Amino acid sequence: MSDLRSPLSRVKGLGSAKDGTHHFWHQRLTALLLIPLVLWFGFSLASIPVDHATLVAWIQQPFVTVVLILLIVAVFYHAKLGLQVVIEDYVSSHSRRAIALLLSGFLCLLFAIVGVVAVLKISFGA
Amino acid sequence: MANSKHPISPHLQIYRLPLTALLSITHRITGVILALGSVVLVWILAAAADSADYYQSMIPHLQSWYGQLFLFGFVFSLYLHFCNGVRHLFWDVGYGFELETADLTARLAIALAVILTVATWVVAGMG
Repeated sequence: MSDLRSPLSRVKGLGSAKDGTHHFWHQRLTALLLIPLVLWFGFSLASIPVDHATLVAWIQQPFVTVVLILLIVAVFYHAKLGLQVVIEDYVSSHSRRAIALLLSGFLCLLFAIVGVVAVLKISFGA
Repeated sequence: MANSKHPISPHLQIYRLPLTALLSITHRITGVILALGSVVLVWILAAAADSADYYQSMIPHLQSWYGQLFLFGFVFSLYLHFCNGVRHLFWDVGYGFELETADLTARLAIALAVILTVATWVVAGMG
């Protein structure tokens, strides 16, 4: 017997991290999604003047509204996953690690929501 | 007990990291920079959603030396993380592990990041 894990443990696919492969997979999925989104964002934002009226008119285009929200969600989810790895690797104290993980995850969620609400508020012309 | 002829693992203080290792740790550093910088971008976006006055009051800051330094650092970090991230995706599907290839793609990623940063600045200058 070369594998000491139970059949149940194997079929659940969970290793010692108790987390399966979701982290790895979601980090790659968001990375792939961010390839076109980042290029689009960088160059389309660079190509318009920076004044308020132009920015608002740009964000109010339905295509831009949708893609911008997608970008914000993907960025902060990708950031949450990335920061998690950095914290897990460099913060060895269990209590500090738990606090750092909770805090970074919460802040990523918070700023994603702030970004999405800001885009929606501009888009709906409030 | 100690054999002085034994190879020892690298002492990080006196060991010159190869380019591939340097880019590996840079990927993490740029990742953290981007996470922090994204918060600033969301802040600017929220300012634009709040009022034209609040947003316009931020423009001089973005055009000052520290604002330009932030934008330049952010954009370069973004493209370096982007290019090296694509390199990681190729590794994930099993390509590019040979030493010469990894070294070449490291150089390629840095060069492409510089080109994309300059290109973004050129586009911004024309806009």
